[in-house]
Order: sequence, then structure tokens, then C-alpha cells
Amino acid sequence: MRAPKNLPKSLDDSLITQLSLKDAAVRRGGRLLFEGVSLELAAGEACALTGPNGSGKTSLLRAVAGLVRLEAGEIGFGAVDASDARGEGLHLVGHADGLKAARTAREELTFWSRWTGGAQAAVQEAAEALDLVPLLDLEVRRLSAGQRRRLALARMLAAPRPLWLLDEPLSPLDARWREGFGALMKRHLDGGGLILAAVHDPLPVATRSLELRA
Amino acid sequence: MSRLAALIARETTLAWGRGGGPLVALGFYAGVATFLPLAIGPQHDRLAAIATGAAWVALALASLLSLERMFERDYEDGALDLLLLSPVPLELTCLVKCLGQWLAAGAPLALGAPVAAIALGASPALAPLIFACALLGGIAFAFIGGIGAALSLGARRGGLLTAVIVLPLFVPPVIFGGGALANFAAGLPWTGGFAFLGAYAAAAVAFGPLAMAAACRNALS
Repeated sequence: MRAPKNLPKSLDDSLITQLSLKDAAVRRGGRLLFEGVSLELAAGEACALTGPNGSGKTSLLRAVAGLVRLEAGEIGFGAVDASDARGEGLHLVGHADGLKAARTAREELTFWSRWTGGAQAAVQEAAEALDLVPLLDLEVRRLSAGQRRRLALARMLAAPRPLWLLDEPLSPLDARWREGFGALMKRHLDGGGLILAAVHDPLPVATRSLELRA
Repeated sequence: MSRLAALIARETTLAWGRGGGPLVALGFYAGVATFLPLAIGPQHDRLAAIATGAAWVALALASLLSLERMFERDYEDGALDLLLLSPVPLELTCLVKCLGQWLAAGAPLALGAPVAAIALGASPALAPLIFACALLGGIAFAFIGGIGAALSLGARRGGLLTAVIVLPLFVPPVIFGGGALANFAAGLPWTGGFAFLGAYAAAAVAFGPLAMAAACRNALS
């Protein structure tokens, strides 16, 4: 893996420096997925979210992103208002990557960068950091699962936001890119970022962990 | 502003490619317009009497074609989640999606509407009014259709459900627009129907996005 050079790491200081969950509970389809989940995450920290299939890892990430309502408890982003934090302070990369098969990688990366407030130069830097430059003119449907995931991850670099919510980010990646993305995550944390990642494999950069039980 | 410009470019290109885009909608429209003389018979005066009405109804039907995928694709592939993670309110996002739908389907159909009506025997003098009605009606169809598309998110055979939800709501613009055209053709005052059509379109633009955003939030949570 080439060292990620000139990566956008200038995070806005006025944004999220803290994520806290207090006694969070989520109910989906009449079933209580989890309750009493608490977490304090500060700038520069990464948390590995583990638990068996169906224990609510994805729902917890979506609850932090404001897409799923909490049954009980609360989610705070430090001094930042929750709707500002969700609108401008976090990235979500999940199984459904939101990439359109018929559009080129460049079109998708450029659109999402603009949508999330990134600069044009950051798009090129993100593509370089994830080694996507030769793939940019291909339609998304031509990309392999791992390349698609790298494109989804590149969106986070194309518009710097402090909190990364990742749903099994490493699963389709090969050994080289697991290491490579590990380096990118480390860089994000060193720049004051926060990471909450649902994983089955160990997360190389995790400083704390949270286990959900089925 | 840059976000919205990017979104409208994306929505228009996606709608343009959705289900074949404007060519398929226009083809469907031409097909329905061609069916009528075959079913009713080729007598010119009979066809001419129904030409504007038939063109207008066919327009409403053709507007249904690409509605199904308007929110469905973004919902299925997760893009709708990401569209929410932005300072742009979801209501505005929905409004822009409808504009994209209108640019890709409604506007090309509005160009085809006078052609179809004249081919069926309507007076060429009607063409400008038919075009104006179709443009306004297309806005109403896109914004009302968006409500149906958002409400049927997550349902199986969502397209069919969308059509069933939306068709009754297409009735007022069809009545107002058809009335204005019939009156104009008969030399009667027509501005009333046209104004009602405009008012309906304006109401759809104002209230449609609120309903769509609520339906999307409901489908996601």
C-alpha cells in the first residue's frame, strides 16, 4: 500500500469531538434489539462494535446517524446540536453503499463529495488515497465488490467529517486494503476524528469495544 | 447552492435513464394516441372532438411510467440514507427530485402533447395552449406522483401501488386542463380552468415535498 499522501485531514474544530450514548435501546419490528447500551467516545478514539448477527449493530449505527429512532436513552454529540452533527459531522458507510450501477465512479464520487460539502481537489486526493484513479471512468457496475467498497470509503475522504460510522468496512477488502484502510483510519484518528465500526474481525485501530448481545 | 445544483444534475440524469427515460415515455404516449383512432374509428369529426381530451388523458398515463423508481432505487441502494446526512432538509431534497423527474419526463411529454393532439385532428391553433397546459400539468403530475412513489416505498409491486394511489389525485388537473382546452376550442372563456390547473400545480409543489419527506422518513425508520 502506497503511503496515503496529502490526505485531507483538516477537520473543522467546531464539529463533533465527542459521541455519547446513554442507556440506548432500539426496537425493530416489535422486537427489542438491545437496551442499556452506553458509550463515551472522544476525539481520536475508535470503538469496535461487536456482537452476533441480528444483535443490532447496524441499527445502532443508524440510530447514531438519526435514521432509526431510539426506543429509550439518548445520543449526544458533545456541544454540537444533534441535527448539525448529523447534517455536517458524520459519514455512514454501510452494506447498502448508495452507489448507482449505471453511473461512473467519478460521477458518484464527485456528487457525494459535493453533497457532503467536500472540495473538488479532495475528490482527486481521495481517489489517489484509495488507488481508484484508474477506475474513475468505469461504471460502478464494472467494479468488483472490493473496489466498490473502496469507492464508498473514498467518499469519506472526499469530504472531511469527524465521525465515521462504518458497518463492516473491511469485509469485502483484500489483505492489502485491510491494512491500507487501517492506515487511513489511523490517520483520521490522529487528526482528531472518531470512528464507530461494526466488525466481526478485530479492528486494528480500536481503542475500545462495545459488545451487543442477542 | 452547490449541493442543490449537484443534486438536480444527478436526479435529472438518473430520471433520464430510468426505465428508458423520455424516449420510452414519449413512445408510450404515441402508442396510446395511436390506439384511439384504431378503437374509435377513423371518422375525422369524431376524432377531432375528443382529440385534446385524449391527448390529455394519455399524458397523465404516460407520466405514471417512471414514477415507480423515483425513490425506490435510492431507498434500496442506501442513497436515501446518505441524502439525509446533509444540512439540506429532506423536503428540499424531495422537491429537487420531483423537478428532476419533471425535467426528464414531464417536459419532453409536454413537447409531444400538441403533436399528438394535432395528429388526432385538433386544430393547430390549440397547440400553444396544449403545450402550456401540459407543462403545468406535468409539474402537478410529477409532484403528486412523488407522493405516491414515496408512500409505496418498501411495498412489493410498488409501481402498481403508486399508480393506484396517484390516479385519483390526477383527476383534478385532468378536469381543469381538459376543461380549459375544450372551452378554448369552443370559443368559450378558458382562463378559469387554466388558472385552476396552475393553482393545483402550485399546491402540489408546496405540499407535495412535505408529504414525500414524511413518507421517506417513515419508510427508513
